Amino acid sequence: MAEEGIEIRLDHVTKRFPGQKAPAVDDFSMVVPAGEIVVFVGPSGCGKTTTMRMINRLIEPTSGTITIGGEDALRIDPDELRRRVGYAIQQAGLFPHFTVAQSIGIVPGLLGWDKKRIADRVEEMMDLVGLDPAEFAGRYPRQLSGGQQQRVGVARALAADPPVLLMDEPFGAVDPITRGHLQDELLRLQSELHKTIVFVTHDFDEAVKLGDKIAVLGDRSTILQYDTPDAILTNPADDTVAGFVGAGASLKALTLTRVRDVELGQAVTARADADPSTVDLRGEKFLLVLDRRDRPVRWVHQNELRRASSLASVGSPVQDSVSLQSTLRDALEAMLTEGGRAVVTGSRGEYVGTVDLATVTEFVQQLRATA
Amino acid sequence: MLEYVTDRWDRLSLQAFLHVSAVVQCTVLAAVLGVAIGVAVYRSPVGSALATALASTILTIPSFALLALLIPVFGLGADTTVVALVLYALLPIVRNTIVGLAGVDPAVSDAARGIGMSRVGVLTRVELRLAWPAILAGMRVATQMLMGIAVIAAYAKGPGLGSEVFSGLANAGSANAMNQALTGTIGVVVLALLLDGVYVLVNRLTVSRGVRG
Repeated sequence: MAEEGIEIRLDHVTKRFPGQKAPAVDDFSMVVPAGEIVVFVGPSGCGKTTTMRMINRLIEPTSGTITIGGEDALRIDPDELRRRVGYAIQQAGLFPHFTVAQSIGIVPGLLGWDKKRIADRVEEMMDLVGLDPAEFAGRYPRQLSGGQQQRVGVARALAADPPVLLMDEPFGAVDPITRGHLQDELLRLQSELHKTIVFVTHDFDEAVKLGDKIAVLGDRSTILQYDTPDAILTNPADDTVAGFVGAGASLKALTLTRVRDVELGQAVTARADADPSTVDLRGEKFLLVLDRRDRPVRWVHQNELRRASSLASVGSPVQDSVSLQSTLRDALEAMLTEGGRAVVTGSRGEYVGTVDLATVTEFVQQLRATA
Repeated sequence: MLEYVTDRWDRLSLQAFLHVSAVVQCTVLAAVLGVAIGVAVYRSPVGSALATALASTILTIPSFALLALLIPVFGLGADTTVVALVLYALLPIVRNTIVGLAGVDPAVSDAARGIGMSRVGVLTRVELRLAWPAILAGMRVATQMLMGIAVIAAYAKGPGLGSEVFSGLANAGSANAMNQALTGTIGVVVLALLLDGVYVLVNRLTVSRGVRG
């Protein structure tokens, strides 16, 4: 039932504010593909917010054209246009005198939906963003935590099922942990809804996490690079972009790759009830002991193995393991904890292989070479 | 004095009613005007300063002097009283309207525009609703002030308890002069307190729980 995203096209868009010599946005052209998240990232004052606000005409462009789903946005009545484009901002911009239910119901109300339909939709949206309607419908913004307010902000933006969503640093004002949760939730919502989302942030890590594509913007909103997160991380267009990507670009690239995407190594394994004398280490230094359901339990060094009478208690426990869905960065973390290889487990916690440092370095070098 | 009041209850209650009625009507009229002025100027710092300064100037004119200035124009009676009371009530209402509207978080107004509310919608459904507690506080101050000033309006033959006070003072020394002046004065104080109670009630009923302190 949800309306999927439509393409946004900005063509030679310029914005000059009266009394300023240099334009705030200079000849900006971009196609935001339907159903994707495009993140505008850049230093404060670079014009990224101004650019975004021209899409729903909170700021009128001085020249250029903007089309949304093929329709000329500059010919639509601005209020009508904004009711069809979801809008979520920092600190949610919730109305202090509206309850959660009233807030979410505003845009459907403006569009003239009947009461019953609005009530149903409000409940649906609250479920969607993870707020229990029975508990939260009657609350006012001041009775909500920062994270809950942002959820209401997103629900309000999505209430009329707009194909396009504009988000201006919507998670800028919450603590890092809540921000992480909200980002995860946005990705989950997006995998169901497939909206076209323009997302503005100055946090490059957030851009990497959320963006299908990232536009790195410089002064006057000039596009320094517009590409996928991988490409920008591994092959920044120029020094400015490289500077913005910051130190640790390789580390960030690791957050984009899942363990299942690299070739896993194999350790020598044995069940805990096996006889130590029958184990053949095949030249390896360590043996990985598995329990009855093939879950990794302990690492046993060759010297310990020689003296051991049973595999049930020797060696040191496996501290940290990663799953196939984990990022390479998590894997690296596990390696550092374990002091060498990280054990990879499948969906039931069973052993499937190992990742080591060599695999990770090789992967990063490969990325650089192909980019 | 009790005897005095019970003996003349009909006249006194009519005067009390007229007094309150004049004050309430003038406050409402001033509120409509004041909010309109506030809405017209709140976006411009110069306009806001000008409107506030103008309203303050009116307030510095002594009420006697203002009545004396108005009588030649509007004559004796209710017209002059209404004009004077409305002018005095303007300052607290205009100033509080401007302060209230300026105090609305710009992010809230921006969000309201951004989700597709019209300019009028943003003003009436969001900004004025959020400024309402401040406007109401302005009206409350105005009402209290007008209760006193309305007494002076009797000088211009306006309605209300002022005539009791004035005739009491004019006949000082005669039998009921003291009773008359006191009845008028105490009556005004009691009525003012009652009206203040009404404001508490109105505040409870019209200010959203989301913004009530």
